[in-house]
Amino acid sequence: MEFDDRAPIYAQIMDLIKKWIATGELKVEQQLPSVRDLARQVVVNPNTVQKAYLELEREGYVATQRGMGTFVAGDYHTVDLLRQGLARDIVARYVAGMRSLGYGPEEIATMAAETARKETT
Amino acid sequence: MSMLVEISDLTKRYITTTALSDVTLDVPEGHIMGLLGPNGSGKTTLMKILAGLVSPTSGSVLVDGMAPGVATKAIVSFLPDVNHLDRWMSVGEAGDFYADFFSDFDRKRFQELLDIMDLSSGQKIGSLSKGMVEKARLSLVFSRRARLYVLDEPFGGLDPLARSQVLDALVANFRTDCSMVLSTQMVADVERFFDDVVFLDRGCVVLSGEAEKLRTRRGASIEDIYKEVYGHVETR
Repeated sequence: MEFDDRAPIYAQIMDLIKKWIATGELKVEQQLPSVRDLARQVVVNPNTVQKAYLELEREGYVATQRGMGTFVAGDYHTVDLLRQGLARDIVARYVAGMRSLGYGPEEIATMAAETARKETT
Repeated sequence: MSMLVEISDLTKRYITTTALSDVTLDVPEGHIMGLLGPNGSGKTTLMKILAGLVSPTSGSVLVDGMAPGVATKAIVSFLPDVNHLDRWMSVGEAGDFYADFFSDFDRKRFQELLDIMDLSSGQKIGSLSKGMVEKARLSLVFSRRARLYVLDEPFGGLDPLARSQVLDALVANFRTDCSMVLSTQMVADVERFFDDVVFLDRGCVVLSGEAEKLRTRRGASIEDIYKEVYGHVETR
C-alpha cells in the first residue's frame, strides 16, 4: 500500500476506507476487515488501523458491534455525500494544478469536459 | 495506559566509556517501540539490560514491575544481534531446545511461523544462508508467548522479500497484551510499525514520542527526522 510517511498513517487509512465506502467496494452494513487482517494487508502497525477505525466510528462512518466486528454505518445518503466530498477534493486538486499553469476558469472547464468525453468514447 | 517497561535515570558505564546516561523512557503495554540511532549510540546495551544480560550501573529498570532477572527472562523474548544458534542443530531441534528452556514456547505457532518464513524443521542451521538463519531465529523468538519482545536489528541481512515475510510475521504475532522494543537501521522500511520512537545519541535520549504525533508536528517521516537528528548519517 502506498502511504505517505510524512503524514499520519491512520488518517491515510481513514481516507482509504472512506474511498472504499464511496466507491461501493464496502457497502452499507458490510463488515470491515478485522484490524489484524487489514494491518497485514496494508503492512502497518495494527494499533494504527485500530486508531483509524476508532476515528471513523467517531465521525459516524462505521459502527462497532461488540464481539462482532466493525460495520459500515449510514445509508445511501451518507455514501453519496462521501462520494461528493471525494469528488470535490479531486476537482480542487485539478483546478489548483491548472491555475498554476495559468489557465482561467473557462479553459479549465472546457479542457476537463473534452478529456472526459474522449475517455468515455 | 499501563506501562510494561519503566526505565528511569538509567546509566551504564564500562571502564572507559559511558554506554547509557540518564535514560528515562516507558513502553506502554501493546505498543511497538523503535529504538533508533547510529552505531555506538547505546541501543544494544539498552536491549541487553532489558533482556537481563547486562546490569545497570545506576538507575532503575522495571519490566512488568520487576527488576531484570530470572523472573523477567521468563517473560522477555530476546533476539540478540548475533547468531545464538548452534550450527549442528536442525531448525526443529532448535525449537525443541527453546521449548525446554521457555514454558511459553508454542510449538504450533513455531510451525506456522516456519511456514510464513518458507523454512522447514529438517534443515540444519549450518546449511542455511545468513538470511535464513535470521528468519529461523525470528521464528523461535516469536514462538514464545512473551510479554516483551526485544529485537536487536531483526532486519539485518534480510533481502526485501524476507523482510516483508518478517514484517508479516511480526503483525500476525502481535497481541495487545505484549510490547516490542526493536532497533533497526532500516527506518524507512519499518517506520509504519512503530507506535513510539526513541532516538539515542551517544547514550542519551535526544528525541522521543509517538510516531504519528511526530509526523503531524513536523510534517516529516520518521526517516526524515532521523536524518535531521543525526545529520546526514547513512541509513543502510
